[in-house]
Amino acid sequence: MIISKNWLDELVDTGLTTEQTCDYLTMAGLEVDTASPVCGDISKVVIGKVVECHDHPNSDHLHITKVDIGAGELLDIVCGAPNCREGLKVCVALVGAELPGGVKIKPAKLRGVESNGMLCSYEELGVNIEEKGIAELPEDAPLGKDVKEYFGWNDTSIDIDLTANRADCLSMLGIAREMAVLTHKEFREPVTAPVAPSISDEVKVEVDAPAACPRYVSRVMKGLNLSAATPLWMKEKLRKCGIRSLDPIVDVTNYVMIELGQPMHAYDLSRIKGQMRVRLAKEGEKAVLLSGDEAVLRNDTLVIADDEKVMCLAGIFGCRDAGVQPDTSDVLLEAAFFAPDAIKERARSYGLATEASHRFERGVDFTLPVKAMERATELLLSICGGSAGPVSETLSADSLPKPAPITLRPNILTRTVGISFTDEQVLTILNSLGIKTEKKDGNYVSVSPSWRYDINDEADLTEEVARIYGYSNIPNCPPTARLLAERTTAELIDADRVKSVLVDRGYHEVVTYSFVEPKKMAVLFPDIRPIIVPKPISAEMSAMRVSVIPGLLEAVGTNNKRGQNRVRIFESGQRFILDKDAENGISQVEMLAGVISGPVAGKNWGIPERDCDFYDIKGDVEALIASTGYSGSYEFRAAKCSAYHPGICAEVLFNGSHAGWIGQIHPTAQKAYGLKHKVFAFEIELAVLQKARIPSFREISRYQASKRDIALIVPKTVNAADLTAAIASLGGSSLVNIELFDHYEGENLDEGKKSLAFTLTLQNNEKTLSDAEINSTVDGIVAGVREKFGAVLRE
Amino acid sequence: MEELEQTAAQAVDEIGRAVDQTTLDAVRVKYLGKKGFFTEQMKALGKLPPEEKREAGAKINGAKQKVLDALNARRQALQDEELNRKLASETIDVTLPGRLCGQGTFHPVTRVIHRIREIFGSLGFTVEKGPEIEDAYHNFDALNIQPNHPARSEHDTFYFNPNILLRTQTSGVQIRVMEKKKPPIRMISPGRVYRPDFDMTHSPMFHQVEGMLIDENISFTDLKGILNEFLLNFFEEQLEVRFRPSFFPFTEPSAEVDVKRRDGQWLEVLGCGMVNPIVLKNAGIDPDKYSGFAFGLGVERFAMLRYNVNDLRLFFENDLRFLSQF
Repeated sequence: MIISKNWLDELVDTGLTTEQTCDYLTMAGLEVDTASPVCGDISKVVIGKVVECHDHPNSDHLHITKVDIGAGELLDIVCGAPNCREGLKVCVALVGAELPGGVKIKPAKLRGVESNGMLCSYEELGVNIEEKGIAELPEDAPLGKDVKEYFGWNDTSIDIDLTANRADCLSMLGIAREMAVLTHKEFREPVTAPVAPSISDEVKVEVDAPAACPRYVSRVMKGLNLSAATPLWMKEKLRKCGIRSLDPIVDVTNYVMIELGQPMHAYDLSRIKGQMRVRLAKEGEKAVLLSGDEAVLRNDTLVIADDEKVMCLAGIFGCRDAGVQPDTSDVLLEAAFFAPDAIKERARSYGLATEASHRFERGVDFTLPVKAMERATELLLSICGGSAGPVSETLSADSLPKPAPITLRPNILTRTVGISFTDEQVLTILNSLGIKTEKKDGNYVSVSPSWRYDINDEADLTEEVARIYGYSNIPNCPPTARLLAERTTAELIDADRVKSVLVDRGYHEVVTYSFVEPKKMAVLFPDIRPIIVPKPISAEMSAMRVSVIPGLLEAVGTNNKRGQNRVRIFESGQRFILDKDAENGISQVEMLAGVISGPVAGKNWGIPERDCDFYDIKGDVEALIASTGYSGSYEFRAAKCSAYHPGICAEVLFNGSHAGWIGQIHPTAQKAYGLKHKVFAFEIELAVLQKARIPSFREISRYQASKRDIALIVPKTVNAADLTAAIASLGGSSLVNIELFDHYEGENLDEGKKSLAFTLTLQNNEKTLSDAEINSTVDGIVAGVREKFGAVLRE
Repeated sequence: MEELEQTAAQAVDEIGRAVDQTTLDAVRVKYLGKKGFFTEQMKALGKLPPEEKREAGAKINGAKQKVLDALNARRQALQDEELNRKLASETIDVTLPGRLCGQGTFHPVTRVIHRIREIFGSLGFTVEKGPEIEDAYHNFDALNIQPNHPARSEHDTFYFNPNILLRTQTSGVQIRVMEKKKPPIRMISPGRVYRPDFDMTHSPMFHQVEGMLIDENISFTDLKGILNEFLLNFFEEQLEVRFRPSFFPFTEPSAEVDVKRRDGQWLEVLGCGMVNPIVLKNAGIDPDKYSGFAFGLGVERFAMLRYNVNDLRLFFENDLRFLSQF
């Protein structure tokens, strides 16, 4: 809602500056978005009259004029506007005048002719009136008068960002009423004396849908001269409120809407055929709108129609074949109360959101139509002449909103706001807002006024008291709460702690969109059907991710394209998989995923250059696991997953259950994402990595530990993990540590064989182990793995 | 006896001139060895009458001790010199960069959430999570957002079907928490939210932190107290904060909170209000017994203010040159 500061002052004389006015409004919940001057920064621009106008001898478009500014002497001014002509009243920027954009008017010679001033267009004055050429002023504009004074440009347009509940403030009247309460000032409601009918013409309107249209007010007006000009004051008030002037009928109905909040409509009386009705549209019924577009209506849409056509989508948009035309002289004016529920969503469903529908769907004061009709009549008669018939009203009183009494309990008010109010404070605040309130049996009992659709319960009243009392007057107090600490468990690691393991290992955290490009994701996960976003922002954002990996690969690509080949990034977030057992049929599990690509380290004199590989990322995952204290409970098992290289992929298991995947991104997928370097990735359920082991102390042996190195030659198909596990189990309790320190394939070994070398640490809690005991254990291990894997000790 | 002192002085002098361990050792042998001067002197002691022995012996030992002290001191000095020479030869350029694999960073959104958690955590607020694909009940109905409310339109919400959608706010978590916990409830819930807007200043996905406190006798003054303190704490500045009336279906009274920027302009940073009794009832909490407040804030906006980020889109481009700044 855009209002004019001066217009507001006319309705409630607050004596406040623009800035103060804006503060009051904002702090009352009517947030001021902008306050803008209604014209540019101008000075010394006055009204003049072109008394002579000749063509410039050295130009095909310039005019040489003499302009009278009422100062006796005429000004010589050269003007290039095509509409410059003798007799025209114009805006004259005098020598010394300043115009927007730092323009200063000086005496000048234009193609040899002296010019002492400038005739201005609205645009040059910083005024948003779309007229070509220099501004053409009414004939009665007084010579020499400052244009800012003449037009009322010492004013500000205040754009208020109204919340959805405050439909009552969609008018000057509404804002003024609010301002009056806030500043404790008198508020002058625009009053119009009823205009007595001078003709008896009436149009009978049948209301078939009284619930949707409880009140329908109309009036016939005849002999109007629609080519009359809307008066300047009205045009300017409308412009300052963001409404463009068109013709007197449109301007007057808009004016009444801005002033009082009642949307109105006008029909060409001669085009009404047969019986006029307010009814619901027939399903599929067609309407040709004022714009010429055809709308196909649904049967939930209220229309005004005659025997032949839909004349108007009630409260939304007029129709072409019933509308007022330039040569119209007789009209039927409409001011109705349409119930919000009958209008809500309809306008937008037809793509026709209008000022009228905006108001009706939020709720218009149902007592307004007759007042508005009288106001419009008065204004139209004064501009266009003609005569008015009687006001006709079709009323279904039962269908009008009936505000019920609302009880506000003082203790609830005090508890909610946190401070006590006196009865006088509460009663004054509510009654001044028009919410009729009295104290009954210890409680306040209120009835909401016809313009407040948002006052329906105790909380609504509480808010009004707090709002008008002023949020700034309510103190800030830290709450006193009961010190009940939530039960927590040390078995849960904070997610940020888990992530910090990666951060400390050089990973940057990213945030990628949860919706991704489905085709590329299908290259990674052809077997998982993603959830498709029916109306996505774009095709690239049309599928909910089934894994965090696709987003990470996109991020690798973004960085590769920007010349950054070394990428180490991770993300945590939900992934979305259809699952009929989950809530709403969708499994939403938070994953932790990371990818690395390109050089393993930044260029460094002390680190050999190489690209990262599987074991780099595995080391990072092992660090994550180690931070949980559960290293022994995890397992990496060679397995296949569509997203990964079939030979470089492991399933990560926790206590034997699936927890995630790690591997090299499948080269086909790498290509699909356009990535230069191999990418290694992992993705593990975050909740698993948040499970911490609570430490339990084990005795540290005071006896000497002995170390033995053994190298075992085994077939390549034997897993290091399996071999290590076998050694551990064969070694028994005195084998306290196993370190795999060498892995070798190639020369000196038979085809299909590899060598794995281990350092075994043997120790006992009760004694120092003898050589014989140590040798016996190691021999037992060697014999055991020979039997199990065909392992041979490498000499 | 004069000889004794002269010899000792001579030995000390020779010790002082020894340039390495070998020459020093030769000096030691010369004076203290098996055939050295002092050994010989001690042997000669036996020939003296018993009444002179004690005095003579003490004198010899005294002179010998002087030589020994000088010898030990010189040995230590020579060792020190040698060590220093060796260490000097091992000098490296300590200004060469270390072998760092590079420190990673948390995303600014995470940093902000972490800080908010810290502040509210110190007040006993727990962290709660909710699903991002949400049902209309938790995202709208239970929050008193009427069926024809504009926020529910397809312009403002990503729908999968009329009942299932991408949550447009974290407020739904309020309901989920109230459904499973009884007051007192103190919680915050950070997370992703989604709205179909995509331009310079809107991302179709962004982050919010929801907060709620429900207990007996919770008032608007408490809401103001906590949020005012939170903002001063978060921005670590004695900011001017104002609460101005606003409208949200799930709170009443509602407020938007502005902070005053250095240029004097007010900037909206969060929305809040007293939990609407209708919402409490919807979640099975008696509004006559309990009251509470709730608030919601945009994490990216806080990150932009705190870290001077000037373009929302940077948060989701994931350019390492951006990320590595945090």
